[in-house]
Order: sequence, then C-alpha cells, then structure tokens
Amino acid sequence: MYPSLQRFPGDLFADFDELQQQLERLLGPRGQSSSIRAVQRGTFPAVNVGVTPDAVEIYAFAPGIDLASLDVSVDKGLLTIAGRRKSTASEPADKVTVYARERVDGEFRRVVSLPEHADPDRVDASYGDGILKIKIQKREASRPRRIEVKDAR
Amino acid sequence: METKQDVVQRDARKADLEVQTAALIPPVDITEDDAGITLTADLPGAQSDTLSIRVDGETLTLEAPLSLGEPQDLQAVYAEVRAGRYRRSFTLSRELDSTHIEASLKDGVLTLRLPKIEKAKPRRIEVRAA
Repeated sequence: MYPSLQRFPGDLFADFDELQQQLERLLGPRGQSSSIRAVQRGTFPAVNVGVTPDAVEIYAFAPGIDLASLDVSVDKGLLTIAGRRKSTASEPADKVTVYARERVDGEFRRVVSLPEHADPDRVDASYGDGILKIKIQKREASRPRRIEVKDAR
Repeated sequence: METKQDVVQRDARKADLEVQTAALIPPVDITEDDAGITLTADLPGAQSDTLSIRVDGETLTLEAPLSLGEPQDLQAVYAEVRAGRYRRSFTLSRELDSTHIEASLKDGVLTLRLPKIEKAKPRRIEVRAA
C-alpha cells in the first residue's frame, strides 16, 4: 500500500532533529564543562556582556516587556532579570487562524553571574527599544592603574 | 609572502564583513482574521527611523540594524547576539493590500497589519438546493 514510503526510511526530519540535539549536547553551552548556569540557545532574553575600564555592562534583548513586572536584582554576585512579556493583543478566539507563534510568551527569568569586581551598590538599569541595559560600576580598587617604574640606578 | 600577522588581520577583516552581512532572523507571530493578517516581530534594538519595510512584488522584507548604543571602549566578554542586523522576508499573496500596510514599533516589537483588499474579504456563498 505504501511503496513510495520505501524510498524514505523513517522520518528524515526527526533524524536531523536528533542529530542537532546530540550536537547541542556535545558542543553547546554545557558541552565542555562550562558554567553550570549556561543556558541553551534561544533562551529569552538573550544577553550580551561587555566591560569598559570602569564598568561591566549587560545588554538583555527583551522586547515588549510589561515594565511593571520587570524585576532586576543583584545578590551575592548574581544578577537576576525576571519579568513578564506584554501579552499580545487579545483577539477573539474564533475566526482567527494562527500561522506562526515563534515569539516567547509569558514569564521569564535569567541569572547572570557577575565578575568579582562588580560593585552591587552602583548599578544603573535602563530600558529602551526593547533592550534592557544594566551598567555596574567596578569597585575602585579593581580599576586598571598604571604603576610607575622608578629608575633604580 | 603572508606573515602570520597578515593572516590574522585578513581573518579579522573577513569576520567583520561576515558580522555586517550576517543577519538575525527575528521570531514572528502571524495570525489571520477576516479583515487581514497581523504580523508581530521581535526586533530588540531596532529603531523606527532605520527600520525598513519593503514590498517588492509579492515579497515583504523586514530589515533593521541593531543599535545597542554601547560605549566605544566596550569589550565583549560574552555575546549571545553577534549579528548587527535583522532581516526576514515573507511571500505575500495577491489578496493582501500591500499599499495599505500599517506598522508600529514599540519597545522593540513591530506590529504589522496587512489588510485584505475589499474584494477578497470572505463572502458567504449561497448554496442552491439542486
């Protein structure tokens, strides 16, 4: 009854998915014994971390957040970003066809571990164009300082 | 003869180019009702003056550069987002009125409304008893 199926053993796409999952386990964030807090690709929000000589800056890509629900806190060297996405406009359930629902919905929570020299008392957070920018000043003692080399002659 | 330094610089420049042309594919929600199609896309870092929404024949293309406003001397330590722009295309169909697209961008979320042309709105078809 199904002679054409003989040409395609099993479900090719399922096999590729499994291959991708195995590779993700081997080569992904936790593959080479990296941070225990490392997250899988596609976690919301995505985060970029950078440093300048006097601060650590964290950029979280979090469009459409319900600002009232946003909670940014620093505790024992961990920065936690938690909140809820603004719910998409409620359309009448009937007579609406959904073709794609790729966007993350609902509550999110992300923890980023901060380097030791970040000063948790000097944190500045701002939200604009869907990017949450958190700037943490470095402790005074850890800023790079030039050391003068005296001539010992 | 290319020295090791030359190779490193060449690769760095090539990587720069790749970052410029590599684009992030923004996630979208697409729904359809009787009056048209609503498309919602996540574009954090996009701004309305640099966002480009183009309809070329039947293809709708969204494109926007990503601006973080980061300081010049910022060095990346960990980056999950590395491309500098968003780009995604969709093939429309003829019953959508591409001259009356409404778009709004707020907090990095783009909402597009593509209405159907009048003639294409659903009409009940009377079934005659034979």
